[in-house]
Amino acid sequence: MTVTDLNASGLRRDDRIERWRLFGLASPALLIVLVILVIPVGWLFYVSFIGADGTFSLENYERMIKRRSYARIFQTTFEVSLITTGLCILIGYPLAYFMSQLPLKWANLCLITVLLPFWTSLLVRTYAWLVLLQRQGLVNDWGISLGLWEEPIKMVHNLTGTLIGMVHIMLPFLILPVYGAMRAIDRDYMKAASNLGASPARAFWTVFFPLSTPGLFAGALMVFILCLGFFVTPAVLGGGKVILVSMQIVSNIELFVNWGAASALGVVLLMLTVGALWIASRFVRLEQMTGGGH
Amino acid sequence: MRKTITLTVAAALLATTALAHDKAVTIASWGGSYQEAQSKALFEPAEANTGVKVKQETYGGMADVRLQVSSGQVTFDIVVSGSGSAARAAAEGLLEPLDYNVIDVSNFHTGLYDDYCVGGDVFSVVAAWNTNTYGENGPQNWADFFDTGKFPGTRAYRGTVSGALEPALMADGVAPEDVYAVLDSEAGIERAINKIRELKPNIAVFWTSGAQQAQLMKDGEVDMTTGWNGRFDNAKKDGGKVSYTFNQGLLDYDCFAIPKGAPNKDTAMAFLAEISKAEYQDDLPKYITYGPTNKAAYDTGEITAEVAAGLPSSPENSAKQLPISLEWYAKWETIAAEMYQDMLTE
Repeated sequence: MTVTDLNASGLRRDDRIERWRLFGLASPALLIVLVILVIPVGWLFYVSFIGADGTFSLENYERMIKRRSYARIFQTTFEVSLITTGLCILIGYPLAYFMSQLPLKWANLCLITVLLPFWTSLLVRTYAWLVLLQRQGLVNDWGISLGLWEEPIKMVHNLTGTLIGMVHIMLPFLILPVYGAMRAIDRDYMKAASNLGASPARAFWTVFFPLSTPGLFAGALMVFILCLGFFVTPAVLGGGKVILVSMQIVSNIELFVNWGAASALGVVLLMLTVGALWIASRFVRLEQMTGGGH
Repeated sequence: MRKTITLTVAAALLATTALAHDKAVTIASWGGSYQEAQSKALFEPAEANTGVKVKQETYGGMADVRLQVSSGQVTFDIVVSGSGSAARAAAEGLLEPLDYNVIDVSNFHTGLYDDYCVGGDVFSVVAAWNTNTYGENGPQNWADFFDTGKFPGTRAYRGTVSGALEPALMADGVAPEDVYAVLDSEAGIERAINKIRELKPNIAVFWTSGAQQAQLMKDGEVDMTTGWNGRFDNAKKDGGKVSYTFNQGLLDYDCFAIPKGAPNKDTAMAFLAEISKAEYQDDLPKYITYGPTNKAAYDTGEITAEVAAGLPSSPENSAKQLPISLEWYAKWETIAAEMYQDMLTE
């Protein structure tokens, strides 16, 4: 055995020990993930195959195929989530861009304003929209007394109200990662682009925008996935006509007094979400969103 | 610090052993002003009179009972439930049969108790209207409620099937006494749902809670709605412009049941017998405008004629209404609920 061999085996041993130590350090976190995520999700799968009589059954899934309402509820859930995400991008991206161009002091002030709604409970913000938008609410009262419109406009207890509430609540989730990504872009890149003769618009679209996309995708994906499980806001502002999966899960528990009937909905929603993520990963490298993969 | 803990533990142990000698029941209800009313009118006086220790809890309904029964860890002795959910829980085998040799229901309204659940209070699903829009002459029956020509304006309607189909059928010309016979088939259910489908463009909100009904009326968000009479009385008390009629209302009730395997089943049975007596029931309307299930409560003198006129179970008001059929809900509710959901998501 040569000295090199000895060295190599020593290095390998150190490497092994190092790995076990790292694993040891991570094990509490892994244990938590196992206990609060893997086991419950596994249980969810299991329960979804238990019928009303307590034996193995596919009835919870059959019901979703047989009744027309379930497909519509999933469709509405994805539509509402997509539209909310789109609106958040339309409003949030320019705002984040504006903030990223401000001096840091002013940008931080803006950031606090963006974060301010987080200090108020979700339920309070949702009911505030109800008070503002309803038939005899503030907006309609003012609009009519100022002569802007004559009859009360239906702004709530429908899709419009649901979207207004959801966009308001989701906006910070988009703005924060986008702003973070934009702040990280070296301003010299834009100067260099202008120096090489690019118009401001061209410099923005060919240099700035692509560099900001990891933040944009991260924010959009977060908003989209949070929307898929949204309950309070659509339940209050949708007027019982905008029914999302989460709301159906609650009514199934109340109606069938049976965890399986609700679990199956959770499983399908989880599958569809994973599917949506997979499709997204075809177009975007997901690791970009965490800042890796540059 | 350690001493305090030891003392507390010792005291708790002592208390437990003391309770084991005495009789005790754990009652689960829905909390809020409703449970407060029950507590003041029924539980506390009965506790004082019988010496049975009452432990009150709030719970989320029959789903909790199912969990307790299926895991064999039953802690509730008495639960308060809607009549329909109780009927379904009974069909599932989650409840103990009640012993009507112990509980005296000879003065109860018929249909306000069954083998597994004894009525505790009576409420009514009524049509309420905004008095700013229609004055005092709002819809006087369900046909009026569904008639958007005679009564233009927006409606709110229940977002789940319970209490939603009966009004639609009455509006469609079915006599109240025939409603459940017609509903006893998918075609009959579809007929009722079609009537609601027709009204749907005028239904601004499908409500899901009692608090929401009151809010919708107080805020003038809709011109009329279906809902529980007590909520509208409260809205009116708060200055809401709302009025309602008991005519063609659906007489429904909340009831007390004993979960299967309740730890103090026999004490619970005796306690139910106690709080079903007229002398307790006649106090309930002082705290909430829901009526007693025991008719004799109207004869004790505690309930004035004026109060009685506003209670759903007073002889005069109950005669105008249709008592809901638990058999129908036990048989059809899940099927009807899914058909209703199809209509809602269209």
